[in-house]
Amino acid sequence: MHELGDLYQEIILDHYKKPRNAGLIEQPSCSATGDNPLCGDKIAVTVKVNGDRVEDIRWKGAGCAISTASASLMSEAVKGKSKAEFAALFEKFHAMVTGNGPSDGLEKLEVFSGVSEFPVRVKCASLAWHTLKAALEGQKDPVSTE
Amino acid sequence: MSGNGHGRPGFDVRKIREDFPILKSLIHGKPLVYLDNAATTQKPSAVIHAIAKYYEANNANIHRGVHFLSEFGTKLYENARVKIQRFLHAADPKEIVITRGTTESINLVAQSFVRPGLQAGDEVLITHLEHHSNIVPWQMLRDEKGLVLKVAPIDDRGEVILEELEKLISPRTKLVSVAHVSNALGTVVPVKKIVEMAHRRGVPVLLDGAQAVAHQKVDVRDLDCDFYAFSGHKIYGPTGVGVLYGKAALLEKMPPYQGGGDMILSVTFEKTKYNQIPYKFEAGTPHIEGVICLGEALDYVNGIGLEAIAAHEHAVLDHGTKVLTAVPGLRLIGTAREKAGVLSFDLEGVHPHDIGTILDQEGIAIRTGHHCAQPVMDRFNVPATARASLALYNTAEELDALAAGLKKVAEVFRA
Repeated sequence: MHELGDLYQEIILDHYKKPRNAGLIEQPSCSATGDNPLCGDKIAVTVKVNGDRVEDIRWKGAGCAISTASASLMSEAVKGKSKAEFAALFEKFHAMVTGNGPSDGLEKLEVFSGVSEFPVRVKCASLAWHTLKAALEGQKDPVSTE
Repeated sequence: MSGNGHGRPGFDVRKIREDFPILKSLIHGKPLVYLDNAATTQKPSAVIHAIAKYYEANNANIHRGVHFLSEFGTKLYENARVKIQRFLHAADPKEIVITRGTTESINLVAQSFVRPGLQAGDEVLITHLEHHSNIVPWQMLRDEKGLVLKVAPIDDRGEVILEELEKLISPRTKLVSVAHVSNALGTVVPVKKIVEMAHRRGVPVLLDGAQAVAHQKVDVRDLDCDFYAFSGHKIYGPTGVGVLYGKAALLEKMPPYQGGGDMILSVTFEKTKYNQIPYKFEAGTPHIEGVICLGEALDYVNGIGLEAIAAHEHAVLDHGTKVLTAVPGLRLIGTAREKAGVLSFDLEGVHPHDIGTILDQEGIAIRTGHHCAQPVMDRFNVPATARASLALYNTAEELDALAAGLKKVAEVFRA
């Protein structure tokens, strides 16, 4: 049996209660929205891109602890990363939460490794990531992971 | 209420629980506390065995064979229709149309009753507490034909504001379509009054009874509604089968919903003659064992008695309301003066989805999300709620377990 503590680790609860990089950039280089209506999770991501790099990222959302903490920790992890570095990180994160890859090297994001034991919560953990990906790729339609 | 969960003398909830094999399950090593009955109810052994028995001894197609099994199957199927008729206190079995569920029943009324002759600007009136299945079929007619969808407001308790509803009935209103009981709030809607209001202006009424039939007696002739819809799986029967009651005079005038076998009397390439009601609306081979086993489920409910069931569920609901409101930070959403079987709530600082996951680890099954009633969520300014919903087999102790589970949720988030 999987333990609840694996899912609701202290760092997740901390980022849920005190989300980092919350808010919206007034004149972003790109932005996107994500919506998981069945859960009631919503997010808007705004990004300032400098050359090829994510210079700044701010996001605003309403959602569960997993989706909120995921957005918060992602915003910390991607700052300063190039688009290619983000794409690689996205793949690694996605593999980990779906149980298809190791958590090694994901540093703080490793706290989401427990999500793979809770299949219905994968969509919560991945909503912010898919939304940021859509923003960087210039996708206009709202994203959903449901 | 007494600690053993009895709502009234003669109603033995422990004995009733023995009828439902799934209630003995362990989930994550803990006894199952099933509180998601508004989504679907569990099935008693009588229904489960009837499904197997049908396939072991009775299987054949109906309404067409001359052989023994086909005739016998037809008899079982039509007997079930009579059981449904009696259950709803309808005048005649021909007023009972078998569908796939409440959703299809409402779509049938939209397509075969409202759509023919509909002019742009004609109206259908619903309320703010409807399930999506009593919203979307009308929006489809809006997009296609210019129907205007009017919505009667609800107050902060989750009650329909009847004076406002009455004002919205106009000479263009083709139908008033309202839930009998709200799935997201538990509000029992005063549908008899609404039928009277609408009929005074000559407007017919469809009642969505999905959340009502398992919890209180329904008498369609006393209500005088024109249509009544419900689903088998929310009243201890199988999924995939539902009912549309319609007054015979209205059903007679309506065109068929779908074309195919069983709904015709004769077919040539030039002309097809449609069958009588209710068969006119039952194209194709129906969910035969589903209908027969819905009949079994209704027998089961009648054997206990809806009055006894309602009394028991109300006692558990009152107890649940008491223990949940004692949980710090918990807010009940839906506090109508008359409620049935539903406790929707949110917990300060915790998203319903997290509540659902943590309770699941305790073996407690509740629903979290928008409950297919997003306008209700918007009305109360929440993205989602957690919902515990009751059936005849739930006990006061299970609501105590829910309250204890919610305290655990608070602990996890306080850490």
